[in-house]
Amino acid sequence: MGCVESMNYEILLRDQSFKECREYVRQHFKEYIDVQPGFKVFDIHLIGIPPIAIGLENDFIIFPYTKPCHGTFLLRMEDTAEAARLRTFKK
Amino acid sequence: MAEKWNYTQRQELVNLSGEPPTSLGSALLVLGCPQVPVQTSIALYLINRLKKSGFVPVVAGNKAANTLLVIADPDRHYLGEVMDLDRAVAMITEKKRDFDRCFVFIHNDAGISYAATMGAISRAKVFTLVYGEHYDELVKQIDFPCTIIAAKAVHNPLPLKKALDEVTPWAA
Repeated sequence: MGCVESMNYEILLRDQSFKECREYVRQHFKEYIDVQPGFKVFDIHLIGIPPIAIGLENDFIIFPYTKPCHGTFLLRMEDTAEAARLRTFKK
Repeated sequence: MAEKWNYTQRQELVNLSGEPPTSLGSALLVLGCPQVPVQTSIALYLINRLKKSGFVPVVAGNKAANTLLVIADPDRHYLGEVMDLDRAVAMITEKKRDFDRCFVFIHNDAGISYAATMGAISRAKVFTLVYGEHYDELVKQIDFPCTIIAAKAVHNPLPLKKALDEVTPWAA
């Protein structure tokens, strides 16, 4: 998974469509933001069908990660600074 | 003052000199997972047609998809620039680079996500090449602006080639 492989992540969903991952975020996390494709989380430009939902749960960030051969994973990562940065995009 | 050429005039000059007179622009080919055999064949075919029409094709894929093309064309008769897909997405998003046309190869859900992404981050006219065993189900999921070129093609590239030839996305 490129640079993500070196990070500490948990896979919440795999073998799901992108849209199913988006619905999962919206249904399971009270706090989320919608962003456009290309939006950067950590060092990753997000791939997906707009809008892309990013979940926030305390210091955890829940976001879709797509690779050509493996489809979309929904990942959960902990990062206090990145969670705080993402909250600044809340409307 | 430069003369504005129409497509027929340009094709005539291509036939005379073997090279198009001027570049019509750039075209990005976004490759999917290479597990479906027709991708590499159609990519080389499309690159050839784009070059003959005056486009500068650039390929973006993962390591496996790119390597299949590079090994198949060692003297680079067809291939020009080849880049990593993540790098291409980053450069377009950061406005460091863009293209006039973008061809996204789709045979799974990830391909649709990449095509939607290209439509959102790039000013390029997007063409989606949808193929594979379940191409019709994938076509139904495409709800963003693009020109869809689709055929049931897995091992035999001819149905997808035929669909491409009908659309002629290399035309000016």
